[in-house]
Amino acid sequence: MKKSRRSFLKVAGVSALGIGVAPAIKAVAASSAHAAAEATKTKNPEALTAKRWGMVIDTNKLNDEVAAKIVEACRKTHNVPDFHHEPDPEKFPKNRPVNQKQEVKWIWEEHFHNAFPDKEDEFLAEKFKNLPFLVTCNHCKNAPCVQACPTQATFKRDDGIVLMDFHRCIGCRFCMAACPFGSRSFNFRDPRPFIDEVNPDFPTRTKGVVEKCNLCAERLAKGLQPACVEVSEGAITVGDLEDPNSEVRALLNEKYSIRRKQELGTEPSVYYIM
Amino acid sequence: MLEIAIKGSKKYWIWLGVLCAVIGAGFLVYVDQFINGLMTTAMSRDVTWGFYIANFTYLVGVAAGGVMVVIPFYLHNYEKFHRITILGEFLAVAALIMCLLFIVVDLGQPIRMLNVLLYPTPHSMLFWDMCVLNGYLFLNIVIGWKVLEAERNQIKPPAWTTPLIYLSIPFAIGIHTVTAYLYCGLPGRGFWLTAILAPRFLASAFAAGPSVLILLCYVVRKFTKFDPGWEAMQTLSKIACYALISNVFFFLCEIFVTYYSKIPGHMTHIDYLFFGLHGHNTMVPWMWSSMILMISAAIMLVIPVLRSNATLLPFICVMVIIGTWIDKSLGMIAGGFVPSPLHHVTEYMPTFKEIGITLGIYAAGLFILTILYKLATTVKEEVRG
Repeated sequence: MKKSRRSFLKVAGVSALGIGVAPAIKAVAASSAHAAAEATKTKNPEALTAKRWGMVIDTNKLNDEVAAKIVEACRKTHNVPDFHHEPDPEKFPKNRPVNQKQEVKWIWEEHFHNAFPDKEDEFLAEKFKNLPFLVTCNHCKNAPCVQACPTQATFKRDDGIVLMDFHRCIGCRFCMAACPFGSRSFNFRDPRPFIDEVNPDFPTRTKGVVEKCNLCAERLAKGLQPACVEVSEGAITVGDLEDPNSEVRALLNEKYSIRRKQELGTEPSVYYIM
Repeated sequence: MLEIAIKGSKKYWIWLGVLCAVIGAGFLVYVDQFINGLMTTAMSRDVTWGFYIANFTYLVGVAAGGVMVVIPFYLHNYEKFHRITILGEFLAVAALIMCLLFIVVDLGQPIRMLNVLLYPTPHSMLFWDMCVLNGYLFLNIVIGWKVLEAERNQIKPPAWTTPLIYLSIPFAIGIHTVTAYLYCGLPGRGFWLTAILAPRFLASAFAAGPSVLILLCYVVRKFTKFDPGWEAMQTLSKIACYALISNVFFFLCEIFVTYYSKIPGHMTHIDYLFFGLHGHNTMVPWMWSSMILMISAAIMLVIPVLRSNATLLPFICVMVIIGTWIDKSLGMIAGGFVPSPLHHVTEYMPTFKEIGITLGIYAAGLFILTILYKLATTVKEEVRG
């Protein structure tokens, strides 16, 4: 008797649990299906898609002028603050002096030996010594920043783009310590006084959050090429690394290319044609 | 038991008042940082962690060092530590609260702090660091409080404290191991990318923690009627001695690997710290002082006559504390970030505001420590008297 009562209770318990859980599972399933349907409904049919986004920079086509244009276009598109000028004293009378070391950079120029410190070569071809090497976030396949982030504020999308959620970031800067490319910037102060013209299509950031290149994910979603590609005069190409017929793969097939700090195994998605 | 804390001499109240003033001043500076952002610090795009995280790292060590009295007493029944075990546990409590405060003041968006709990991320070492730090803090508060209460009532501590005490041992090792893992799992930071970082952290912790505890024993002896016992202090100094020797040895292992292999990515950091790089040499005098302090303190602690000299011992302890603090705080942060991944040399020295906030946090820690030690020593006096 005792035994059967116990087994009855067991069965009853399990079924009660089942009754309780089943609707929850159904609800979750329904909501995710609903969300998926919603997503397909709202997805822009012209959006550019890829299995894994990558960037190819043809160093032969870069010069100081083009590089400067690229940096400027990225700045304007994403409201990246410019710490080289003090803000308008009339609009921001109480502004404190700028500390250049606390600047924000998404894509910027570096010398070869800074961009590729591990490839430093005593007898490097002369042409590389003065060439502007544009560096940016590599959108690594194995991104150390994503691994380090304690709040999932930085995350990798299925298409390989590493993104930042500016509203979830707590500003611990662990991702900056983890990034071996120095690609991330922190808003040590409110960036807004340092934005000359605000682009209303992209949010401005607040103090205390990390930011970096987002491969123009917001432009790709509208079917537009990234801002840097548009002004690069053919020096930068963005496309699907996993599509053998893509333009980026054609370029990589044709010419010799290198990546930054390949030995670290982060699998950067930015290639430099030499 | 807390009522003990509100009965004290004039000196006690003046001391607490002074601490409150420093805490208040530090808080005012923090308000400025909170409003204007971390621009008030000397941190930069290249050196993204500074004085706060440096002190955090050191204090995690001090907290972990408390286990050096717990292990001998609870695992080996080393009776001489009976009186100071509670001092070790309460030191850990104060140190851990300072650690947590340092983390909070280092955040760019402290209001969003709970995101770490709302979106738990097991692949981030910071998540685990939060777990072990809070866990160890909780364990020490509960254990310390219950054991002291039992002592006051002249009864045995509740049986459930025993498993907690055993649990606190791996937690103590854990807090410093995970804190080392914050650093040593990062690609592209040659200075930190070494498997010996966690052992080195622990060695330095087991030197620094007991040294702080010895100094506190002196303070307790001077200001209360409670005597922690000279023999216990001597044992602590032996522990500090061998831990310090291990720390220096581990560092020398690091030096050998780095300079014998001659891999530039690993050499440049130590070059920067000890010899300067491209004319940047702010850290050089600090690092050599640290080495000299640690090595000479180790030699003095090894020699029995010097170690057992009651007037000399506190000075040796101060040498250990300063030496390991430079090694693990300033050196660990500056060495890791300088030169940057792009081989730029951006130096870092904290601003006065950073130092102000840091002093405020240390004052808060001392405030907590004073009250906890007041409880502990008063109870011990009561029981004995």
